Amino acid sequence: MADYLNLFTTVQAKGPVHLGEALGPGNSPRTGHPAVYWILGKIGNAQLGPIYLGGLGLASLICGLIAFNIIGMNMLASVNYDPVQFVRQLFWLALEPPPPEYGLSWPPLNQGGWFLICGIFLSASVLLWWARMYRRATQLGLGTHVAWAFAAALWLMFVLGFFRPILMGSWGEAVPYGIFPHLDWTAALSIRYGNLFYNPFHALSIVFLYGSVLLFAMHGATILAVTRFGGEREIEQIVDRGTASERAALFWRWTMGFNATMESIHRWAWWFAVLCPITGGIGILLTGTVVDNWYLWAIKHGVAPPYPNVFPPVIDPALSLGVKP
Amino acid sequence: MAMLSFEKKYRVRGGTLLAGDLFDFWIGPFYVGFFGVTTIFFSFLGTAMILWGAALGPTWNLWQISIAPPDLSYGLRFAPLQEGGLWQVITVCAIGAFGSWALREVEICRKLGMGFHVPFMFGIAILAYVTLNVFRPILMGAWGHGFPYGIYSHLDWVSNVGYQYLHFHYNPAHMLAVSFFFATTFALSLHGALILSATNPGYGQVVKTPEHEDTFFRDTIGYSIGTLGIHRLGVFLALAAVLFSALCIVISGPFWSRGWPEWWGWWLNLPIWSQWP
Repeated sequence: MADYLNLFTTVQAKGPVHLGEALGPGNSPRTGHPAVYWILGKIGNAQLGPIYLGGLGLASLICGLIAFNIIGMNMLASVNYDPVQFVRQLFWLALEPPPPEYGLSWPPLNQGGWFLICGIFLSASVLLWWARMYRRATQLGLGTHVAWAFAAALWLMFVLGFFRPILMGSWGEAVPYGIFPHLDWTAALSIRYGNLFYNPFHALSIVFLYGSVLLFAMHGATILAVTRFGGEREIEQIVDRGTASERAALFWRWTMGFNATMESIHRWAWWFAVLCPITGGIGILLTGTVVDNWYLWAIKHGVAPPYPNVFPPVIDPALSLGVKP
Repeated sequence: MAMLSFEKKYRVRGGTLLAGDLFDFWIGPFYVGFFGVTTIFFSFLGTAMILWGAALGPTWNLWQISIAPPDLSYGLRFAPLQEGGLWQVITVCAIGAFGSWALREVEICRKLGMGFHVPFMFGIAILAYVTLNVFRPILMGAWGHGFPYGIYSHLDWVSNVGYQYLHFHYNPAHMLAVSFFFATTFALSLHGALILSATNPGYGQVVKTPEHEDTFFRDTIGYSIGTLGIHRLGVFLALAAVLFSALCIVISGPFWSRGWPEWWGWWLNLPIWSQWP
């Protein structure tokens, strides 16, 4: 039964390690000799490495490490350099953005200055990593789909930490670095702007988030179910359809009357995953800049449902502050 | 004809779990089978109940239609149809329809000689739904703890139940569930993009191979999980996302009734912290 479901690789063939496809001129040599691990081979490829570092990769790692250390050192300073309290309070610690009175000006280092420096290095790190993903794909003769999917995630990141703070006129609007602090920021933003559940772009983003998980469950399970026919060789199945693709397609056609093809399922996958941060970023960008209160917005547009008046009527406190939907 | 060019040779009899050959046929592209009939029964009845509930309600606005569960005072008893009884009938119909759909998938898998991974994964999704609207209400002692059937009303339920525990983001199982949701979407974007990049390399270039795919991920992050492994990983991540989601809600109420930020007190109060200066 376990063999039949193909959840783990039971017999691992040991061949020569693969050093990677040849790279053209202008590329660095790859780093590290590949190692083979039996435990990795139970799930996927047993081979670990080599890796391509290159100038972009090294620069990205250095910038990322600097940002990581700025966050860590600021957290450590906030507990008076006590290593025990650092571990104890780690989830509560934060590198916070500047207070709102500094607006878009440069604050002192311990008033959000470190936060902005960290943001600059983190941004440099992810942009360099984007360039690396783009260049590694083109150097292997591949399309640049991975880089553009990554760009969608960067859009959300820069909306949260760059575009929206600029539109709001304060770096203090940015998300703090820290486990619980960024969750507090999320809840506070939602409540401040009348509950983000009523933001239609937030709703769309969650649809694509759940949709992506649904798609990967459907696709992953379908491919595993036809591995006995070679279904995991997807490129081969795309250019020369075999019985694995035919059975996978017919399974869904007979189940729900519609099927993707071996290639189109990956277009569905790419778009669902990519639209999650794109729509989410739009939702965040509109919050506080265009719409002040999503609940009142939803009332105005006939979206929020009315409920029976179980309690005496309360006036939304936001209305008394002069907030307009 | 609703058949694909290669479909005819796959349309063979057999593989049914119940009723032999009686319902072993197709309507258009859809396979029927015994569980197709029960699916149609439950989904028609359930949809009719929703429409009836909407007709009794104050609005036909699609966003605002809501079929609420019974008041908490009904406990775990049956409620009159207009007082939440419809919600109870719809819940039974939903479970019947989802279960029938899963068993119909099993029959189709058997017919096509495939593994049962898809119906298994769907079963986990059904488990999450049943956890929300059956197991947790039973543990809490009232059907009124289920969520209402409505587009925005179910969001209100999520919001309200979240704030009942002060700040739901601090629920450790919720933290893991959200992380797995993000990780699954991240992995899906990488997998979809990698396959598309290998098969769409640009005009005039040849389609690339799995060796190119492996090289791309080894070059960028030092490890490529491979063509088979990525589908195991995707299934595992999606499974973990759904299971931790079910866990995070079933522990809220039955096993922890205070604010979730408070739960973390055990960590702050571990005896080891006082043993160091």
